[in-house]
Amino acid sequence: MELIAFYGFALLAVIPALFILFTKNLIYAAFALFITFLGVAAIYVLAGADFLAVTQIMVYVGGILVLLIFGIMITQKSVKNVDSSTSNQVLVLSSRRIPAFILATVLFLFFTYLILGANFAIVGDVMTSKSTIRTIGVALMTTHLLPFEIAGILLLVALVGATYLAMNRNSTHE
Amino acid sequence: MNNIPLIHFLILAAALFSIGFAIVVTKRHFIGMLLGIELMLNAVNINLVAFSRHDPEMISGQLFALFVIVVAAAEVTVALAIILRVYGQFNTVEPDEVSEMKQ
Repeated sequence: MELIAFYGFALLAVIPALFILFTKNLIYAAFALFITFLGVAAIYVLAGADFLAVTQIMVYVGGILVLLIFGIMITQKSVKNVDSSTSNQVLVLSSRRIPAFILATVLFLFFTYLILGANFAIVGDVMTSKSTIRTIGVALMTTHLLPFEIAGILLLVALVGATYLAMNRNSTHE
Repeated sequence: MNNIPLIHFLILAAALFSIGFAIVVTKRHFIGMLLGIELMLNAVNINLVAFSRHDPEMISGQLFALFVIVVAAAEVTVALAIILRVYGQFNTVEPDEVSEMKQ
């Protein structure tokens, strides 16, 4: 039963990923990435990481994906003599298709070979089905306090740096 | 719960990583490449979470995946700002056309 759910969510993650690879419309690609993130969040739940699944949905779907769609729409070239009866499509060409497919297939086969060949010596017990929020909260405030603070500083620096970079400096000269 | 073998997660992560790699190589748009990078980061996170199932006391893998998500958010913000600057300078988002260091 769980295995069937796993396969369903795995397909939910992989098929939109393949769609991103083959589609020409970048907006469709961004929305396919949305479905992939939801599938990955479901995989996290099946792996017993409930807090991480919610974080995945909130950060990736609520933050990163909206930002990416904003970026796609801002950097779209305005097309002259727009036909108003059709929708505006953000079309992207793709190049180096054959070498990329060969490389990706070889990479996947290599990973599969490694995974099947590796004989993981797993010593710990499999996690029982309880919430991980308490463990994560205690670890973040005790043993992982320094990485937690550094992550906060990193986010602040990224925010300030991105704002500074994106400022429109050209308009002052012109 | 949790009778899914570990190897299933690893194969799924390998497939997502390879697809993300192919997207990064083929797309001729900076943001299209970013989509591929996000996919690769997610594949890595699946691996971390799958291994942390066998570490119920100290779920280090999940904590590491949490920090990966934080760094991915910071990375996307800065990358988008840089893409906006490049678009303002060169008026294009094709990586092949941005070939001058100084204008």
